[in-house]
Amino acid sequence: MSDTPIAIVLGHGRVAEGLVSAVERITGITDRFIALSNEGLGTSEIEAMLRERMEATGARVVFTDLPAGSCNFAACRLLRVRPDIVVVTGVNLPALLHFAASGEPPAGEGRDASAFRVAEEAAERGAASMRFLRGKPA
Amino acid sequence: MTIELYRIDDRLIHGQVVVGWGQPLNVGFIVLVDDAVAASDWEQELYRMGVPPGVDLYFASVKEAVEGMQAWRDDQRPGILLTGDVETMRRLTAAAPGIAAVNVGGIHHRSGRAEKLRYVFLTPDEERGLRALQAGGVVVTVQDVPSARPMPLRELLDGGAQK
Repeated sequence: MSDTPIAIVLGHGRVAEGLVSAVERITGITDRFIALSNEGLGTSEIEAMLRERMEATGARVVFTDLPAGSCNFAACRLLRVRPDIVVVTGVNLPALLHFAASGEPPAGEGRDASAFRVAEEAAERGAASMRFLRGKPA
Repeated sequence: MTIELYRIDDRLIHGQVVVGWGQPLNVGFIVLVDDAVAASDWEQELYRMGVPPGVDLYFASVKEAVEGMQAWRDDQRPGILLTGDVETMRRLTAAAPGIAAVNVGGIHHRSGRAEKLRYVFLTPDEERGLRALQAGGVVVTVQDVPSARPMPLRELLDGGAQK
């Protein structure tokens, strides 16, 4: 299962593609995420695309870019009928790096629970990574 | 102030509306007119997640919107009124006179719709609906975000549309 993506990154424009590309560049891990975009799609089409990709790949974790966005609303609609998945919204690069670097979840019964725990950690790590920095006058 | 923007957008509450239009217009409220959403507590809870603090979100069926229109127009804050489809906006304009302009912000791909623009796909019925709005005296333009050029409906439907 090491070549099976275990999370979907869904965002506006090319943000998911960019984030996944950055994770691959930084970690060398290329099999952890599927990047999806809402480009040109209505609400029901985004939800259908997400459902299809989750069923096709077995992914149970969804990262979305914007809490107030159509991608996250589609994921939340899916969450309503799929209690076996989790959604992390407001995703950023530190969050995905944590998720990717936490290793492949064990095969078998504990696989989803392990992925959910790491996804929750990733949300915390991503939120904590934001900083406001200001230079000091020379 | 009043309702500054009447918009057709099948994504309803989302980034382009809340951030793209909401911030420059400094909106104080958004009215979401949709019969299905107005009847669903769960859908309303979902959309409330998408609105920043300080912006009120009102849900209304078409009938409720007609009844509430004057109060929203009299509101001192700028507002946005959204529908998710052409037919809802057409019903609203027919029952609530005074809507001078409608913005088509996003009608995305679906079976039976033909592409007119990257973010506008229309069925023949939807195309007729927009033409009927225009024929009724409503200025219909197509524009996803404020920085884009507002495209007249005629340009979109009758040629010259830039994809």
